[in-house]
Amino acid sequence: MLNEATISVGRSVVARATSEPALVRGFLIGAALVFLGLFLFVPLAVVFAQAFQKGIAAYVDSFREPAALAAIRLTLFTAAVAVPFNLVFGVAAAWVIGKFDFIGKSFLMTLIDLPFSVSPVVSGLIYVLVFGMQGWLGPWLAAHDIKIIFAVPGIILTTMFVTFPFVARELIPLMQAQGSEEEEAAVTLGAGGWQTFFRVTLPNVKWGLLYGVILCNARAMGEFGAVSVVSGHIRGLTNTLPLHVEILYNEYQYVAAFAAASLLALLALVTLAVKSLIQWRAARDAVIRHTGGGESDA
Amino acid sequence: MLRSKTVFFVLFFALALQFGNDSVRADTQLLNVSYDPTRELYQDFNAAFARYWKAKTGEALTVRQSHGGSSSQARAVLEGLAADVVTLALAYDIDILAEKGNLLPKNWQTRLPHNSSPYTSTVVFLVRKGNRKGIKDWDDLVKPGVAVITANPKTSGGARWNYLAAWGYAWLKSKRDDNQAKDFITRFYKNVPVLDSGARGATTTFVERGIGDVLVNWENEILLGGKDLGKDRFEIVVPPMSILTEPTVSIIDKVVDKRRTRAVAEEYLRYLYSPEGQEIAAKHYYRPVDAKVAGKFSTQFPKVKLFTLKEIASDWQTANRTHFADGALFDRIYQPGR
Repeated sequence: MLNEATISVGRSVVARATSEPALVRGFLIGAALVFLGLFLFVPLAVVFAQAFQKGIAAYVDSFREPAALAAIRLTLFTAAVAVPFNLVFGVAAAWVIGKFDFIGKSFLMTLIDLPFSVSPVVSGLIYVLVFGMQGWLGPWLAAHDIKIIFAVPGIILTTMFVTFPFVARELIPLMQAQGSEEEEAAVTLGAGGWQTFFRVTLPNVKWGLLYGVILCNARAMGEFGAVSVVSGHIRGLTNTLPLHVEILYNEYQYVAAFAAASLLALLALVTLAVKSLIQWRAARDAVIRHTGGGESDA
Repeated sequence: MLRSKTVFFVLFFALALQFGNDSVRADTQLLNVSYDPTRELYQDFNAAFARYWKAKTGEALTVRQSHGGSSSQARAVLEGLAADVVTLALAYDIDILAEKGNLLPKNWQTRLPHNSSPYTSTVVFLVRKGNRKGIKDWDDLVKPGVAVITANPKTSGGARWNYLAAWGYAWLKSKRDDNQAKDFITRFYKNVPVLDSGARGATTTFVERGIGDVLVNWENEILLGGKDLGKDRFEIVVPPMSILTEPTVSIIDKVVDKRRTRAVAEEYLRYLYSPEGQEIAAKHYYRPVDAKVAGKFSTQFPKVKLFTLKEIASDWQTANRTHFADGALFDRIYQPGR
């Protein structure tokens, strides 16, 4: 009797130390859910509700507009140029930083982070200052008939700048953690530079790389501030999808504005889904690698 | 390897798509850089002018539009946005292009009739249904507890007219007393809870976000907003006296000479003064300068005693120096968050 009593007291002490009363738990979880619902789910639902406010026909019609099609095409084109560029740059930068030691390494890392810390509007203004007619290169460019800002090249350049860090930032910690033993082994076994890169380095980071590319792409398509500064807002020519949403909204065309916004929201949802999938696959791969590696070590 | 090949394919395809598109479009193109509230006006006018130009010359014409706050649009043209024509909210924004950018001759305003303003407007009020604060005239806007919505005169050409309308009213009423006008304009901006950067943004703040008791804006913007957003929610209040706003237009000589579009650009602006151009302007709630067209639309535009910019400040240079330049009157009287 006595023993049983102490045990049960002991149990209840343990239980109390590791969890809150049901009421508190319920309240905390409930508050978090209400907050998420109010600030994340409701706005998303509103976008789609507004887009379909006047039926599916009106929704589809808003994409038949030449200006809307041009905006979608420009957005896709911008991403198609900016993302591969940042992919190559990101891999190269992460490889240099993650696998080698050199003077100025932390400075280089700071530079890569710069676009994250600078406000997008400022990033856009930098390009106006450099390439504008009142800026450094503007008069020379105009004399040679080269258009950068208020044209597609300017939009692509600013998008590249803003999305610069995504791939590199994703890969640097990964490559640093992996170290360079496997590459050294490959070289010892007679592999050349490219062979080592494609057979050893790249497969090791493929999930991180994909993850970075997806984030980079989402930002490239969604960027508003920096692009708005350099775009010149010429309809059908230099309006990207986010700028198009703003224009339609200002024109009191709410259905069309939210229809275009729903495309961007869909992009976000797809990005999240793919991101989760990649994280899941990467985690599974890591487990397999880990157990496999353990055996061969022994 | 296969993946990188696919990437290159996609890239090549995208490039071909982009540039292919530009080269196929062999027809003449004009770029009209304008300010916010003229979006709908120029959508209609561009279509009408393209029809007219096609009938006259057989040439297909595409007119592209760019809209934003008047002063920021002028800034973009100054930085190299290749506008064949500019149709901005105030002459001062085009003056800057002549002075700082040398993009057109300084006497540009004398090249077209009516000081290069093919249509005019004035500044009126929009209140919520019932007009609970009883707003009838400018004096009602400076009463304590009235929230006034207007755009930022530093960034919006339209908002400079609003400012000058309020200033001009107080100044003319007080028999040209600077101090009384200064006191009036100080109290006016004390009642402004939020300054949007453009005229359209101010309308959206008032109508969509439900902020403020009265919106001070251009008549055309308010009439358009009233039509689009429901007459049952708002009432238009026309003060007995207000300013004659004169938005101005010009070709940009440097651009049209380089792009060889001078003839079509000049004709484009002249067509704004034609009966068809004037009717399109009137349909979009701008007051036409053509007397015949104005007569036809007389019921749409209430009678207001209008004063011009010249009566209250000799020209835009002076107005800008005394009111809007850095450290000038507006900077001294407006402190946000008070």
